[in-house]
Amino acid sequence: MTNRNSFINIFSKTKRRRSFSRGWYNFSRNPLSVVGMIILLLIIFAAIFAPYITPFPEHAGAFTNFREASKPPSSTYIFGTDSIGRDIFTRVIFGYRFSLILSIVVLALSIPPGVIFGLIAGYYQGTWIEIIIMRITDVFIAVPPFVLALAVAAMLSPNLFNQMMAISFVWWTWYCRLVYTMTTSLCHEDFVTEAKLVGASKTHILFREILPNCMGPILTKMTLDMGLVIIVGSSLSFIGLGVQPPKSDLGTMIAEGARRLPSEWWAAVFPAIAIIVVILAFNLLGDGLKDVFNIEEV
Amino acid sequence: MKDEILTIKNVKKFFTTPQGVVRAVDGVSLSVKKGETFGLIGESGSGKSTLAYVVAGIYIPTQGSIYFNKQDIGKGYRKRSKYLKKEIRIIFQDPGSSLNPRRNIKQIIELPVKVHNTFKNNHKNQRVEELLEMVELPINYLYKYPQELGGGEKQMVAIARAIATEPSLVILDEPTSALDVSIQAKIIKILMDLQRRNNLTYLFITHDLSLMRNIASRVAIMYLGKVCEVANTSEFFKKPLHPYTQMLLSSIPVLTKEEELLKPQKIVPVGEIPSPVNVPPGCSFHFRCSKKMDICSQKDPEMVEISKTHIVRCHLYKKID
Ligand SMILES: Nc1ncnc2c1ncn2[C@@H]1O[C@H](COP(=O)(O)OP(=O)(O)OP(=O)(O)O)[C@@H](O)[C@H]1O
Ligand SMILES: [Mg+2]
Repeated sequence: MTNRNSFINIFSKTKRRRSFSRGWYNFSRNPLSVVGMIILLLIIFAAIFAPYITPFPEHAGAFTNFREASKPPSSTYIFGTDSIGRDIFTRVIFGYRFSLILSIVVLALSIPPGVIFGLIAGYYQGTWIEIIIMRITDVFIAVPPFVLALAVAAMLSPNLFNQMMAISFVWWTWYCRLVYTMTTSLCHEDFVTEAKLVGASKTHILFREILPNCMGPILTKMTLDMGLVIIVGSSLSFIGLGVQPPKSDLGTMIAEGARRLPSEWWAAVFPAIAIIVVILAFNLLGDGLKDVFNIEEV
Repeated sequence: MKDEILTIKNVKKFFTTPQGVVRAVDGVSLSVKKGETFGLIGESGSGKSTLAYVVAGIYIPTQGSIYFNKQDIGKGYRKRSKYLKKEIRIIFQDPGSSLNPRRNIKQIIELPVKVHNTFKNNHKNQRVEELLEMVELPINYLYKYPQELGGGEKQMVAIARAIATEPSLVILDEPTSALDVSIQAKIIKILMDLQRRNNLTYLFITHDLSLMRNIASRVAIMYLGKVCEVANTSEFFKKPLHPYTQMLLSSIPVLTKEEELLKPQKIVPVGEIPSPVNVPPGCSFHFRCSKKMDICSQKDPEMVEISKTHIVRCHLYKKID
């Protein structure tokens, strides 16, 4: 027994910080990513509680008050009002709701198939299964995602649901690529060979052995993509292929405001700044996560 | 005579690469007996791992056959029955790569127990704890992750995972060469204890000659994908016959027994091992050989049985009819 304890003591000096606290340490060393996270938490909080915290929640929909139309920013309307008298600040906060829902739904729809196809293609490297899956993603990746999403969205009737479908349709390929690349290299690790040799099922190998090792890059890419999906979604809305009036997301608001530039600048500028802020916040957070997971490039 | 558990017959494994065909294993015949530790020695690149992987079923041999208890297993692991997967286990050289960093020790050791269902549900946890105890790791390691463990401890976990299925043959591909000298001795001791308690047969691969002297019952030496000499350990070290073996043994400094137990003796070769892509004609060792004859550069020698326990592949020795 003493012999055994002394042996263990050799190792007990090795650093054993819990992986979570180490992750948080790496993350918090980068002040910008903490800032990004705080901004995001504020935006998410504001979006969830928009009806309670915005000054004029009824302005989110079909509301008109021509007496207050096109007012510049003031203490009542801090971002000014639009051409039919609605408070732009209120509408920006409600617009965040659409942006966040859009990006969450798009990622929720595109990541699972992307990951599964990536795992399968990587596992069956060198077979026709890999060739078929990867050729399909090649086709998708050859066309810029916005153009492809635009084409798909234009075929469908313009609304939030179809906008989400169109973006998801092009987005899964990026996750497929990412997971495919990781899987092909993980398949050469001895722990995968060992699992195969002992007779573990393919489901076990793919989802218990390989997938957990892909989670870091997937999460990081997801965070960075939240911002990108918001850009693509807003761009589709900007050209009228998204949320329809009287409701409006940030892209629609910019489109409406752009018609009144430069005199009523606030109608376009504040929604634009709102988009930039949320995208920036997601990017800062994503950069912080890269440090946590020690990822070079996603 | 003890039964043969593993028989390797003229096994070849070639890899096709852009540089040419690599003859990693080029006609190896060996037999391993039940309960013994069979030492396979060779320099880096001599094809030891490739042979281990062929036996484990990771590679399908280009030619030749492998038998496990007289059952043909030369078709790769996919074609092997569940029973064979339970019976034949491998321990890899690098525990850093053989343990999944995202799974904890319990999950790692539990997998073979689950797959092979050797234990009923409520005994599974007990079995995992028992295995951990066998490799002398504390129970509180169950929920640790591999990166929280030292190199030696990781290899202990890999050992526990290998024996979890109660195998009869364990292939060890340089299990200690990635580790500190002090930890090596500890691991070897545990491996030897486990062998005694569980009646294991080891195919032990290493480039550490003095380790083999201490633990192997028989030794084979490999050079460029071919076996040069097979002998009982005592004969191998007392009267080596092949010039290659003699060269390697002469390069070991004499040490006390205690030192020998601890200090790894890596092979210090004279000259360079040629690439297995351009294997020289004749005996592959001839241009490093001190006893080279004319025939050596023309004809590849055949295996000669000097005695029941000593086989050598060299033109210096003739078949005794
Ligand atoms: N998958 C492969 N493809 C191509 N060549 C290979 C492959 N695996 C091994 N080789 C080559 O086969 C030869 C033998 O390799 P192997 O890994 O079996 O040697 P080894 O004796 O285990 O050496 P080490 O002591 O370095 O582990 C080497 O020249 C190696 O480059
Ligand atoms: Mg090797």
